[in-house]
Amino acid sequence: MQPDDVRRALTRIAHEILERDKGAADLVLVGIADRGDDLARRLADEVRRIEGPEVPVGVLDITFYRDDIGMRADAPEVHETRIPFDVSGKVVVLVDDVLFTGRTIRSAMDALMDLGRPRKIQLAVLVDRGHRELPIRADFVGKNVPTGRADDVRVLVAELDGEDAVVVEGAR
Amino acid sequence: MSMGFVFEGGRVVDPAAGVDDVRDVVVAGGLIAGPEAAEGAERIDARGLVIAPGLVDLHTHLREPGDEHKETVATGTRAAAVGGYTAVAAMANTQPVADNAAVIQAVRELAAAAGLCEVHPVGAITKGLQGEQLAEMGEMVEAGVRVFSDDGHPVPTARLLRNALLYVKAFGGEVVLAEHAEDASLVEGGHMHEGVLSAALGVAGRPAEAEEIVVARDLALARATGGRIHLCHLSSARSVELVRRAKSEGVRVTAEVTPHHLTFTDEDLHTYEANLKVNPPLRSAEDRDALRAGLADGTIDAIATDHAPHAIEEKEAEFDRAPPGTIGLETALGAILTELVHPGRLPLSRALEALSTVPARILGAGDHGGPIEPGRPANLVVFDPDHAWVVEPPFASKGRNTAFLGRPLRGRVTHTVFRGALVVAEGKPTR
Amino acid sequence: MNEHLLSMHDLSATDVTRILDTAESFREVGTRVIKKVPALRGRTVVNFFLENSTRTRISFELAAKRLSADVINFSAGGSSVAKGESLKDTALTLQAMGADAIVIRHSSSGSPLQLTRWVDAHVLNAGDGTHEHPTQGLLDLYTMREKLGRIEGLRVGIVGDVLHSRVARSLSFGLVKMGAEVTLVGPPTLIPPDVSAWGVQVSYDIDGVLPKLDVCYVLRVQRERQRLEYFPSVREYARLFGITRDRVALMPEGGLIMHPGPMNRGVEIDSDVADLPRSVIEEQVTNGIAVRMALLFLLLGGGKGETA
Repeated sequence: MQPDDVRRALTRIAHEILERDKGAADLVLVGIADRGDDLARRLADEVRRIEGPEVPVGVLDITFYRDDIGMRADAPEVHETRIPFDVSGKVVVLVDDVLFTGRTIRSAMDALMDLGRPRKIQLAVLVDRGHRELPIRADFVGKNVPTGRADDVRVLVAELDGEDAVVVEGAR
Repeated sequence: MSMGFVFEGGRVVDPAAGVDDVRDVVVAGGLIAGPEAAEGAERIDARGLVIAPGLVDLHTHLREPGDEHKETVATGTRAAAVGGYTAVAAMANTQPVADNAAVIQAVRELAAAAGLCEVHPVGAITKGLQGEQLAEMGEMVEAGVRVFSDDGHPVPTARLLRNALLYVKAFGGEVVLAEHAEDASLVEGGHMHEGVLSAALGVAGRPAEAEEIVVARDLALARATGGRIHLCHLSSARSVELVRRAKSEGVRVTAEVTPHHLTFTDEDLHTYEANLKVNPPLRSAEDRDALRAGLADGTIDAIATDHAPHAIEEKEAEFDRAPPGTIGLETALGAILTELVHPGRLPLSRALEALSTVPARILGAGDHGGPIEPGRPANLVVFDPDHAWVVEPPFASKGRNTAFLGRPLRGRVTHTVFRGALVVAEGKPTR
Repeated sequence: MNEHLLSMHDLSATDVTRILDTAESFREVGTRVIKKVPALRGRTVVNFFLENSTRTRISFELAAKRLSADVINFSAGGSSVAKGESLKDTALTLQAMGADAIVIRHSSSGSPLQLTRWVDAHVLNAGDGTHEHPTQGLLDLYTMREKLGRIEGLRVGIVGDVLHSRVARSLSFGLVKMGAEVTLVGPPTLIPPDVSAWGVQVSYDIDGVLPKLDVCYVLRVQRERQRLEYFPSVREYARLFGITRDRVALMPEGGLIMHPGPMNRGVEIDSDVADLPRSVIEEQVTNGIAVRMALLFLLLGGGKGETA
């Protein structure tokens, strides 16, 4: 995907969220660190552009909820969690860059539950690359990208990487 | 009587006779014999081996009576034989303490029963090693004791040591008081050399001046009384300097150093290795180098092991709770060859003089230390100076607490001849 | 990171930064209603405390529990250690129980290192004799960074019984590693005789040092040291080295007062000093939990012995 493709996808997802949730009331966006939080902020910008209201945005680090702690050589890197609002009773849209096995989303839902009791949790991803290992499905998808199990899919965001792009590299 | 045996083609290094030469050595009837006795004798190929007077240790802890779980006279003398020793001085800190003729006699009898090595019990200077009242040294001298020591501690007061030095003058000029030189108040609670490393490891120190203070005191008293002082296991460079000066001024002092103090430094303790916990402690590289130099120039007379066996669980305790000491009889020769002789720091003849001839003289062990001449009692060590081995159990000693554990050494005993009998052959005890 | 935490020397400056950064995330977890994450679910952490220390033990216990680990407290009083079992035997017992981490507090310097010879578990030193107390050192670094924004370039005085202080060792080594300037202050009898390898300054003049300090770290001074001839009296110690309100006034604006606790009020620190706003002694305790969570997470969160 090129920068324009990413922008168009985010605009479409913003429209879909507003349509599905009938406006922005009770809506909060929580991006999964890292990159998911940047996408969440962009979605919030889109929502504001379309409807006007400011949508609260939080960032969630799921490291402590991962199911593979201790299975890799080094401990996973920890990012910041900052959710400056109560999620209870809210419609929380989790935002991530790539949906793959579903394990990250499972961790994110557990983490979110420990922070409060959302009325509803939905999932928005820029790329769905398939190969799910858990019964998890995205509510909003930027693009479905067929990949091999061992391919490397990377989402680049301007905030971290200098440009927006989605890169698929075949397994070597 | 058997026909005896002959070591053929070995290099005979006999410091007592000033000999370093390839020749045959014949043993028959318990004695060194002339070439005529070689006929019909068992022949042992000694080419490439060194034949020397049996080693003599001034400082062995045999632990019996009282601490038989650490060592017995039988296991300790076996370790001695395996290490090439034909005579050892058994320290007095047994239970009961060797502060009377009865204990002295008992240790002698145990040694005779084992028959592996001559044991010279060291008598205590003070009763029960308590540092308060003189032991009955006269009675022990009559029982054949030549060296007295409260090893583990110095005689605590100058007054008591002065009296001890004066008192033993009544028994002739050869009686020696051997001192463990560390000032008690400065080493209390300490477990290693006080320095950079003890500060970083958080281990209370035993400073070098604790030794130097007692060495200086003892030298002053030896000078004043004309008595004979032997300083055990010196560890500090300044102690060596004090002894050097005292000797030049005619003070009757001798000194020993251990293979571990000649090898290791306090840096080796960075992993809290309890087998390297010894008293006095391993000190700096400068101290170790001064000990090597002092040994080479004769300031330090003898090499002594301070063989100090402990049960394995005692050494597996926390560092500050583990008892000090390392075994040493089975590794002394290999360590000295590896650390000093092979690298060219010490001539072989001087090493053997310090391991055998000089300690035999200090101990009054007249049958030991050479010369290797016909008619002399046959107490010999034969070793392969180039045999490479790694120090690891099993040991003949009950103790496994060796500072040299896992260390590669070059040089190992092949045969030990004690009173004309091969007590060790092919590196193994024969009985 | 090393597989054990025995000494500050086990850590690189990068490791220290990573630990402090991770601790920051755990500080956030500590502000939640549910202060617990499932990170170490199913792991067993043994608190092996052979020397009394309620504060450190509780801090580690809370840290492990907030990570969802199972915690066993094994203390000297009721254990076989008191009955004469050797350290090795006890270590093998803990090993047989399947401990994933052993947090050890012991009065003998070096015992955590010895423990690593006998167990497969990760070993964390919670204070050994007069050697080190690295988790305390790290939480102190965390507190300094949190309050002053950096560690590099900070001027820190460590005041009191440095000779017998494991905290002083860990903190000095850590501060020097991170680029701070350390001055040890106390009576010469309570400064180790040879600290030439520590990279620190030594001073016997507290009033001369205080004006140049960003942090005055006050060590506990035990009254029994007086009996052991290290100083003539508690009164004289307090007069020469005690941190009083007058002395605090010598410090630059914004300088911190820290103390590892428990305090001897009136000996090394005056009561009213301990309660000043610039005293961050309570914060040290709170940060201790987060730092210990970070350490347990980073040690247990990686596979054992397979680090590249």
